[in-house]
Amino acid sequence: MTIQFKDETFRGDFTYANSPSNIPRFPFPFPEDEYMYSTNIEPHHAARAGSPFENAFDVDEHYVAEMKDRALVLAEDPGRCQALPHMETAGWDFLELVMVSKARDYPDLFKLTMDGDRWHWINKPLQIDDTFTFGDSSTLPCHPMEYIGRQVQGDHAILDQRDGNLWMDAGIITAQADWSLDFDIGMNFFEWHAPVPLAHELGVFQRALKFLLTLPQGQPSRRLNWTLTVNPRLDTSPENYPKWGPDKLTVTPENIGEKIHLRVELQTFWRLPRSNAILFPIRTYLMAMNEVVTQPKWARRLHRVMRDLRPELVDYKGLSRYHPILVEWLSQFDDGAPTSPGIFPD
Amino acid sequence: MSASDHLIPVVVSNVVEVNPIIKRFEFKHVNGDELPAFSGGAHIVVEMLDDGTKRKNPYSLMSSPFERDQYAISVRRDDTGRGGSKFMHEQVTPGMQMKISAPVNLFALDLRARKHLMIAGGIGITPFIAQMTQADKLGVPFELHYAARSASQAAYMDSLADRFGDHVSCYCDDQGESVDFETLLSSQPLGTHVYVCGPKGMIERVVETATSLGWPAAHVHFEHFLAPPVGEPFEVHLAKAGIDITVGAEQSLLEAVEASGTPINCMCRGGACGQCETVVVACDGEIMHNDHWLDEEQRAAKQRIMPCVSRFRGKRLELDL
Repeated sequence: MTIQFKDETFRGDFTYANSPSNIPRFPFPFPEDEYMYSTNIEPHHAARAGSPFENAFDVDEHYVAEMKDRALVLAEDPGRCQALPHMETAGWDFLELVMVSKARDYPDLFKLTMDGDRWHWINKPLQIDDTFTFGDSSTLPCHPMEYIGRQVQGDHAILDQRDGNLWMDAGIITAQADWSLDFDIGMNFFEWHAPVPLAHELGVFQRALKFLLTLPQGQPSRRLNWTLTVNPRLDTSPENYPKWGPDKLTVTPENIGEKIHLRVELQTFWRLPRSNAILFPIRTYLMAMNEVVTQPKWARRLHRVMRDLRPELVDYKGLSRYHPILVEWLSQFDDGAPTSPGIFPD
Repeated sequence: MSASDHLIPVVVSNVVEVNPIIKRFEFKHVNGDELPAFSGGAHIVVEMLDDGTKRKNPYSLMSSPFERDQYAISVRRDDTGRGGSKFMHEQVTPGMQMKISAPVNLFALDLRARKHLMIAGGIGITPFIAQMTQADKLGVPFELHYAARSASQAAYMDSLADRFGDHVSCYCDDQGESVDFETLLSSQPLGTHVYVCGPKGMIERVVETATSLGWPAAHVHFEHFLAPPVGEPFEVHLAKAGIDITVGAEQSLLEAVEASGTPINCMCRGGACGQCETVVVACDGEIMHNDHWLDEEQRAAKQRIMPCVSRFRGKRLELDL
């Protein structure tokens, strides 16, 4: 299937939207009618043709536009892409994983030819055709992490593993849900998760860390996380809060369907072979409330999840300002009928 | 999910007698495919089908992390062990098909180090061979201090000295040579990381010396030999499965659980990674905790066990499996 890449924006006039055929493949994050934190990790196996879980690194109609938005963010703020000096090997691991996966999964879009360490990479959607020496950063225009990070949807953090902990020692982060690489760089797993409420008491992070420290090569895992964003804005960073924070004040019962977006992160976890680091892709999917409610199951369930969400989570996810009118708006789509288990639409 | 569920089919491409007690085994993918890339210090688990008994032992990869057409391990024959090394030495020949796990690294180089100081005892040399290849390619200074009983038992001593020259210092017990840890560890530049792999006594001396000299704990790395010990047979009740199993003298508890068809997580099979940690439902007796995972308090509480290496002696052991 050839993907028609959209020309759209994630800022200014916000022309981003999902095509009708793209809506059912959205990774709706609620398998049940209520939501609470859990260590909801499962193997990142190929699943369900056409879904975002089908391939290692999902490519969809927003690919080209997202990469343009990333370039804009990096031009304004180079601090969004940082790698501590010992993370170069991990950058090459990341580059290899993405190139090999994309060339295998999307042969009509990407092509990789390897002649020993001499690699030839063709990225048709972005019109890139480069030859370089694997492992020799002087043959690339920039750090290998930045080079490939500009060609793959989603933010990517690379976690060094040592002393029984994981360390946020590299990343290319331009589409984040209100966290800062510049602030977190060099922190360990517990330090960068410190602001999250409730989960520490539940022991979620101890279990997650133990799982990640023994993550085997060739057996990636995934989980979904979510929040809400006003306008389809990818760059909701703390650095740019003055640009997007006030958007929350623009939500009214009349425009809620187009303004509020369900923001889902498909997070995957990969053991990298040469660096022994962990690659942590955070792939963001955005969908307007008007688009979500085209699927009756999702509309019913989202109403129930939002209505019953714990106050601590309403606050932590930054929803307080418009949470009551959102629940009221969603209630019109909930007739009380039971919903089927799982995340996929009926 | 366990690493052992994803085994790689390989063919034994070469078997080399390094000396009377050590053999090197080389593996290639059965299809001629590339094997997974890895980092120095990684090990693989080798599955052995020994006359009806399935054994899985971890061995450090010693081949170059930059060569993916084959892997190499070295196995020291241990006639008092569970029989894995004996099987490798007596039964495994070129052309034979076997299964191995993907590489796992629990003894990785700290890539922030300004210098890597490596200390090996006996067969503990193997992970360092791959690590030196890696450090050499990355251009980071390193030094190996390698002690063995005698020159004839010191596998690869000559070839390593040839390959890495001044980076390698050798010590043979029978020549009265030994590593002076105090001098070695007190004369390192700031930013050095020390790695030790060898007999328990050697690891303890290096760690104690480094600690007394004020080395930061995060700069001291060690890997114990990963071999489940033999012992007396014992009975275990698996509560969820509702069955009783017997662990043989030369079998690990993990292997006995697997043989019963009961699902259990595992990875390193050497008491280090923590994956197989299992809740003890009831224990009337003594758990021989042989792992490096549980802390003293957890061991004393008898509420957790690492089935890959730990054993039991007493009246009743019941596990949450």
